[in-house]
Amino acid sequence: MKTIHVQYFALLREQRGLAREDVGTTAATPAELYAELRTRHNFTLAAEQLRVAIGGEFVPWTRSLESGADVVFIPPVAGG
Amino acid sequence: MDFRISSPPLDLDALKRSLVDVHAGACVMFEGWVRNHNEGKPVLSLEYESYALLAEREGGRILAEARERFALTAAVCVHRIGHLQLGDLAVWCGVSAAHRGAAFDACRYIIDETKARVPIWKKEYYADGATQWINCATRGEFAGAVPPA
Repeated sequence: MKTIHVQYFALLREQRGLAREDVGTTAATPAELYAELRTRHNFTLAAEQLRVAIGGEFVPWTRSLESGADVVFIPPVAGG
Repeated sequence: MDFRISSPPLDLDALKRSLVDVHAGACVMFEGWVRNHNEGKPVLSLEYESYALLAEREGGRILAEARERFALTAAVCVHRIGHLQLGDLAVWCGVSAAHRGAAFDACRYIIDETKARVPIWKKEYYADGATQWINCATRGEFAGAVPPA
């Protein structure tokens, strides 16, 4: 079991009811982690609509997930 | 080169001064304002939120790309976060260049890429009390434009 620091923004933050949390998981990738969290918290956004960042940089969904990682799921952006 | 996320209102005079360069003969600045409607619905206010760490990194990459594509002397972009009211300035982008063509093109490139790529989110507050996170990231037609030879 590893511990992942997850931060939520925008729609995900509201659906989770939290801005950040530590998640215990056996997920090997951010894709697996999002699937787990989506089921647990009924997130409406599909992974295909999101990007994912680890440690403040965009990464592929297949990147291996290390314990202690800072993970952010990025909903479709809407600046401007 | 500077891309920032800002909670306080922007100091436009200071931002414009940051573009000054004796090699520059042109300056183009874009202001994005909070407007009172979107897709036919009356909007009362907007709330912006950002993942600032990544937003400033990705924004910095956009400014670096603009410098590579266009002959610029300076480029700056700042985006507000927080609850903004109608008429408020939400985003400011300014560039200077020796000539106006590069300045117009680069300013358009930076604002289009910012809207398409930078982790900033917008929630609209409507007259009927409803709210909605806008998930309509559309890439401006100008993004990816090839600089003039």
